[in-house]
Amino acid sequence: MWKFFSFVERHTWALLPLALVTVAVGGIVEIVPTFTIETTVEHVKGVRPYSPLELAGRDIYVREGCYVCHSQMIRALKDEVERYGHYSLAAESMYDHPFQWGSKRIGPDLARLGGKYSNDWHYAHLTNPQALVPESLMPHYAFLESNALRYTDIQDKLRTLRIVGVPYSNAQIVDAKADLEAQASAQTDLAAFDKKYAKAALASGDGKQVTEMDALIAYLQVLGTMVNFADTSEESLQQ
Amino acid sequence: MADAASIAAGALGRPDYIDGVIKKFTIATVFWGIVGFLVGVYIALELTWPSLNFGLSFLNFGRLRPVHTSAVIFAFGGNALIGTSFYVVQRTCRARLFGGRALSDFVFWGYNFFIVQAALSYVLGFSRGQEYSEPEWHLDLWLVVVWVCYLVVFVGTLLKRKEPHIYVANWFYLAFILTIAVLHIVNTLAVPVSFFEAKGYTLYSGTQNALIQWWYGHNAVGFFLTAGFLGMMYYFIPKAANRPVYSYRLSIVHFWSLIFMYIWAGPHHLHWTALPDWAQTLGMVFSIMLWMPSWGGMINGIMTLSGAWDKLRTDPGLRFSVTAVGFYGMATFEGPVMSVRTVNALSHYTDWGIGHVHSGALGWVAFITFGALYYLVPVLWERKALYSVRLAAWHYWIATLGIVFYISSMWVAGIEEGLMWRAYDANGFLQYSFIESVMAVHLFYIIRMSGGVLFLIGAILMAYNLYMTVRSPSTEVVPASGLGAAALPAAAE
Repeated sequence: MWKFFSFVERHTWALLPLALVTVAVGGIVEIVPTFTIETTVEHVKGVRPYSPLELAGRDIYVREGCYVCHSQMIRALKDEVERYGHYSLAAESMYDHPFQWGSKRIGPDLARLGGKYSNDWHYAHLTNPQALVPESLMPHYAFLESNALRYTDIQDKLRTLRIVGVPYSNAQIVDAKADLEAQASAQTDLAAFDKKYAKAALASGDGKQVTEMDALIAYLQVLGTMVNFADTSEESLQQ
Repeated sequence: MADAASIAAGALGRPDYIDGVIKKFTIATVFWGIVGFLVGVYIALELTWPSLNFGLSFLNFGRLRPVHTSAVIFAFGGNALIGTSFYVVQRTCRARLFGGRALSDFVFWGYNFFIVQAALSYVLGFSRGQEYSEPEWHLDLWLVVVWVCYLVVFVGTLLKRKEPHIYVANWFYLAFILTIAVLHIVNTLAVPVSFFEAKGYTLYSGTQNALIQWWYGHNAVGFFLTAGFLGMMYYFIPKAANRPVYSYRLSIVHFWSLIFMYIWAGPHHLHWTALPDWAQTLGMVFSIMLWMPSWGGMINGIMTLSGAWDKLRTDPGLRFSVTAVGFYGMATFEGPVMSVRTVNALSHYTDWGIGHVHSGALGWVAFITFGALYYLVPVLWERKALYSVRLAAWHYWIATLGIVFYISSMWVAGIEEGLMWRAYDANGFLQYSFIESVMAVHLFYIIRMSGGVLFLIGAILMAYNLYMTVRSPSTEVVPASGLGAAALPAAAE
């Protein structure tokens, strides 16, 4: 054995490929099966691609680095399930590019934030978190309300996501801009919009200018609401 | 005598090493270290007094935190690694850098251009949203170009070496360069929204994205922050102690088992999550096994001092290096413990993780780098000795105290958070709201921040000391071949 290594360390062209192969093994054995084993992502109903406004809001969530303080992954532990709700499924982030599970909770988990608070609460909280929770460590995000949302590229975004595997339909891509504006206005007929993007929440905007705040709140309001756990069976959640 | 030495060196075929670029890397290391520590202190202050975010987008914690992590890992750590690897590979191969001044200079400027662009992009609101891999696609591509050039310089120098053996430090540097290339390329594969927009969507989603991210993330620790710095350990400790590496065979076992096992450990960042159990279990098992090669390396580093322990009293650089190996041993014991699923249920998402990372980053990475800097600056600038050994000793004690403040406060805070989140009252209800756990750790956040301040002060003392070493007339000039030119002590077989 020592002779073998003595050879290796005298020859760059032996050391280099051998090191590369040694390093590659673990990654291949762990990563490849998660793409090939069918049950890695559970088969549950309800998970849909993000609506254009939710997607724009999600991009702001990513841009602002919300994930450095908030997880979106409720672990299968008793206290977490009681505090935050049903443990997170792989299926619930299957259209997340990138995933935002997080690694540190300086603030609480957000995986099931959707529907827990009103739009008005979120506006007030994002504008000045300490006004609602005096001890909060969260920065102020009032600037999101003064920033107009830039969404000229929203169709490109949906199209790009379709390339990486998110099943947007042609109609959804064509209507992306109109859908975004529709969801941003409180006047829109929610029942009609729900047929396109189930369980989407309308923003409280006035329909004149869509702000970054509108988009972010639309995203926060859909978090963890897509799967109806009343009609999932134990078996369907098996990985 | 100077002539005799240079003649002797010439007879040995000592080539004209390229040291200019190493000086640049050395200066960049000190500069980025101070920037990284400073931003770290600032965001620690934000977590203590959140009004310091000032409601300004570019000062918000969410945007500054990646600036801190990237500045410390990639700017401070990266410049230290590339710089020392260029120094070590030339000396241990007795060969001039492949590609000459132009290519190695390109690696320096290209890499630091990447750092500046990445930092600017974070504060201006561009991020991929994956930890330690935040730069957008155009910067990721640029880094690939620079990194391939780095690989070419390093391997090219190995190929033209005049020594029959490739010295052990170079194995580690090589594994670091190769693996980081693979990790970076696979993890950042993305489709841009348009050619003119700094926004792309990663190829992977959800669970697979998480697994690949932590395969990347944990091995950024394993290969950037460990293997690369072990290369530093294997050169600078034997040099400073003037002793051969303790065991040649141990270094073989250390190297191959470390690089084989590290890569599996990523899933321990995803315990109890939606990642399938089998992957979590694999990650846990390999993380525990990883303890052995890690301590093998620690033993090899520390025992190299046998017969030269007295040097710890007189050589402040060596004191940093050896303490670094001690912290390495501690962090690589703590890591496997935290990777056990039951422990992780408590420790994950808490400040325990932050403390663990910093015992590695401050205690191991920064200290082994400080050791190398105190050794390198007098050699590179051809000075007789450091400007002030006393000042270096002050740096050592202030920084060590800072680390103790940092990690002990984070241990207490983390365990307290973990226990509060899972505490039930007598009626079977969760006892604490989330915000109560935030309030409970306020004091520890203040202690952590003061630990960071101490560490920063230490680094500023070092910067002054190194500057004066170069500038002060009291550190008289010695010829190039005088210091650091002697061959590395032969390995004991």
